Amino acid sequence: MTETLLLVLVVVTALAFDFTNGFHDTGNAMATSIATRALKPKTAVLLSAVLNMVGAFLSLSVAATIAKGLVDANVITLEVVFAGLVGGIVWNLVTWLLGLPSSSSHALVGGVVGSVLAAVGTSGVIWTGVVAKVLVPALLAPVVAIAVAATGTWFVARLTRGLPQDVTSRGFRWGQVGSASLVSLAHGTNDAQKSMGIILLALIAGGAVPSDSSVPFWVIVSCAFFMALGTYLGGWRIIRTLGKGLVEIDTRQGMSAETSSAAVIMLSSYFGFSLSTTHVATGSIMGAGVGMPGATVRWGVAGRMLAAWGMTLPAAGIVGALCFWLQDGVGGFAGSALVFALLVATSAGIWFASRRKPVDHTNVNEAWDEDKAVGLEPVAATTGAAAPVHVAPVESDHASPVSEAITVTTSTRSGT
Amino acid sequence: MSEFIEWGALAHVVVAGVVVGAGIPALFALGLRLLVLPDGGASAGAGAAESGAPVGARTRPRTARLIGAGLCFAICIGAIVTGIGFLVSGGH
Repeated sequence: MTETLLLVLVVVTALAFDFTNGFHDTGNAMATSIATRALKPKTAVLLSAVLNMVGAFLSLSVAATIAKGLVDANVITLEVVFAGLVGGIVWNLVTWLLGLPSSSSHALVGGVVGSVLAAVGTSGVIWTGVVAKVLVPALLAPVVAIAVAATGTWFVARLTRGLPQDVTSRGFRWGQVGSASLVSLAHGTNDAQKSMGIILLALIAGGAVPSDSSVPFWVIVSCAFFMALGTYLGGWRIIRTLGKGLVEIDTRQGMSAETSSAAVIMLSSYFGFSLSTTHVATGSIMGAGVGMPGATVRWGVAGRMLAAWGMTLPAAGIVGALCFWLQDGVGGFAGSALVFALLVATSAGIWFASRRKPVDHTNVNEAWDEDKAVGLEPVAATTGAAAPVHVAPVESDHASPVSEAITVTTSTRSGT
Repeated sequence: MSEFIEWGALAHVVVAGVVVGAGIPALFALGLRLLVLPDGGASAGAGAAESGAPVGARTRPRTARLIGAGLCFAICIGAIVTGIGFLVSGGH
């Protein structure tokens, strides 16, 4: 009986993780489209949610694994999986509160590694796997993405020089939405299947299905649904950081960034060198700033993100380990129930904390006030359609008609 | 170090990433340029003066340019279809 209750608890927690995954990662695909107003905020998250849902059904080669090649598969019990999931969820929520994009899969890996350490000690963790499959790719992903997106953006800026602004922004809107949709689709396929794999693993471990079972249909539907729901509710705080915090972008940069993300994510899995969607998407957006003449990347914001990425594994690991110890110390189902209650309380606490300074679809695009003194203006004027060709950042006292138009739009929007 | 980084796979990702990830937006931009500008790259230097013309005054692109633009956009769409095909085939 308690085994069944624990199984139910693990499945519910896995779906909650799946939800935070969608919630946390909406920005990877849609932040640029929202920031450039290629799509209305609500439309963007709805599109992303639908594509995540479709993506979850696209391919069903689900493997019943969790942190494969990173921890000893023999030490994985329901309790370990449960504590690991809690670690992943808590870290996802904390980074969401701070508006920092960080990899959901790394949070999960961190949580599981932590709970394995607490359960059986260092022998349960395959350290070379952790370094080669998690830490090194985390360092390389942004570098690769910055290089690709910067190259793309530079070519695009070069090729669109002298084109009328209205034409480029209208044309690239399509390109941007198309490429962002592909990122959403890829995210749905990759990440929903990870959750399906965890639930399948739990079901097999709990004896609810035979060990050679394929994924039950209800698992597919519920994983797809909860990820799409999370995506639709939108991690607005993270969308804001990605879309407005790193760099001011136009639709040309948006298309370059999203195409770079889609290409690098899919090519890396094709060549067996999987990179985190979040790290690639963030790097691509930075690259779109690096490659655009006259654009400024806020490296301070980027530095905070890198710090969060570095902390993901240990932080989620500590939560995972604490949860395992607490669960084990109290013992039995009561321990798991206590950890679950603490998870609910923590989540509620983080949600209340977020209400003190809410970010939602109405204020997601407001001007980033980190560096008021610098007075960064949009670089849209560099296309030279309505304003003289001007490759340096627009000075405040040299207001071009374009920057004026943008300012007017912004204040009208934020006024409503 | 090589036990931690698969250099071969990384090099593939970087090269293919630059070709596809940077090439597709560039082709898209090229397509747009062929479609919009009547005289190709020649006017790039005089961009500000040229593009100051009202929308209606732009001349219609010639057939060859239209075909070129169509080809560019077709490759972009082809890349998206290939991407979806890759996801469906379970290659992720």
